Amino acid sequence: MPLIEFRNVSYEVAGKRILSGINLRVEAGETLVLLGRSGSGKSTALKLTNGMLFPTEGEVLVEGRSTREWDPIRLKRHIGYVIQDVGLFPHFSVARNVGLVPRLEGWAERDVENRVDGLLQNVGMPPSEFRGRYPRQLSGGQRQRVGVARALAADPPVLLFDEPFGALDPVTRLELQNQFLELQREFKKTSLFVTHDVREAMRLGSRIALLSQGTVEVITTPADFPQVQTRDAREFIACL
Amino acid sequence: MRADLISDILRLSGEHLTLVGISMAFAILVGMPLGILVARNPRAQNVVLGVTSVVQTIPSLALFGFLIPIPFVGGIGPRTVVIALVLYALLPILRNTYVGIVSVDPAVCESAIAMGMTSSQLLRQVQLPLAARTIIAGVRVATVTTIGTATIAAAIGGGGLGVFIFRGVASVDTAQVLAGAIPAAMMALLADGGLGWLERRLSQVSRSV
Repeated sequence: MPLIEFRNVSYEVAGKRILSGINLRVEAGETLVLLGRSGSGKSTALKLTNGMLFPTEGEVLVEGRSTREWDPIRLKRHIGYVIQDVGLFPHFSVARNVGLVPRLEGWAERDVENRVDGLLQNVGMPPSEFRGRYPRQLSGGQRQRVGVARALAADPPVLLFDEPFGALDPVTRLELQNQFLELQREFKKTSLFVTHDVREAMRLGSRIALLSQGTVEVITTPADFPQVQTRDAREFIACL
Repeated sequence: MRADLISDILRLSGEHLTLVGISMAFAILVGMPLGILVARNPRAQNVVLGVTSVVQTIPSLALFGFLIPIPFVGGIGPRTVVIALVLYALLPILRNTYVGIVSVDPAVCESAIAMGMTSSQLLRQVQLPLAARTIIAGVRVATVTTIGTATIAAAIGGGGLGVFIFRGVASVDTAQVLAGAIPAAMMALLADGGLGWLERRLSQVSRSV
């Protein structure tokens, strides 16, 4: 059973069609990259997955159950979410940001602390140095590491990434991509990863779904992607 | 005479502070929840902000005049004064609570929702803390003006430092006017300084990335 499945999903807002007839299956342990240009509807697809939005037609299944049947709060805490840059709470310390969902879930304080320290270690930020800092005292790359740690905190089986490394300089971006791969090997999460960066898609994806004007143009593996002959795919390949 | 004056100043200052304190407590208790309500119900916005803005434009002496004949609320004495002061203090508190909440970065709110916060967790853990600085700024403005406006309380038997001022004006006695005005001004400065300090502390905490 796929962990995430889009069945003929369309989404409209104010009469404007953002996504139409999307079919996707994300299998356990894989990273499906949604590659597309701005306005292709890829962020909307993420929001349909964790119940921030609901499809106008069709349905999105998470662990076999429609997002409409999930308790909306449970569903969101069940899925880790990493957003570009601004996702951290500016008035929370690093430790409090990372421990957010476990605390919402009512974990014992000691378990939260241990989890936070472990994760900070995992993302390469020594807790003794960083747990008390505030987001504004971190570099962009460090903030993004904290964002990843926060998404992993309550050990969700599914992770959503919304252009998480888009605002970083190329060197930092590469570091974080490598770390993503390491974490992926260690935690074996199922990820849906949105990006407009074709190199990132090739590097991180188990499969790539190319989104174009709200439809899935093609789904393929990174190895086969350079041979795809559709117009959008050729444009992306030209960027390699 | 001198000892008399000092004990009068202390007594009337005490009355004044009590009037201001009670009024501000009510204004905060009413204004903040109303501000939160308005921030979450855009439809209530125009009505609530409109009404409180209109109240703000009524000259204070006239407002006392309107309130006196109203049964239960009105009459002569401190109760009427408190009601009028609350009405005046309401707008800055309500408006700043509203503005503070709606100007929290929408991306931060969205991320809170995406993490699975309920709407009351969003309010208490994210929106209110990030709006705190703006809310305190409203309380500060309200407090400073209330300290000044409360001097008019003496006109309807509400006591406070206005007693000196009205007496001084009536008997053309500058010393009496100053005996009321100076302590009131000092109170306002202290309140302004204290709440301003709090505001700056909070702005360090809530400063965005």
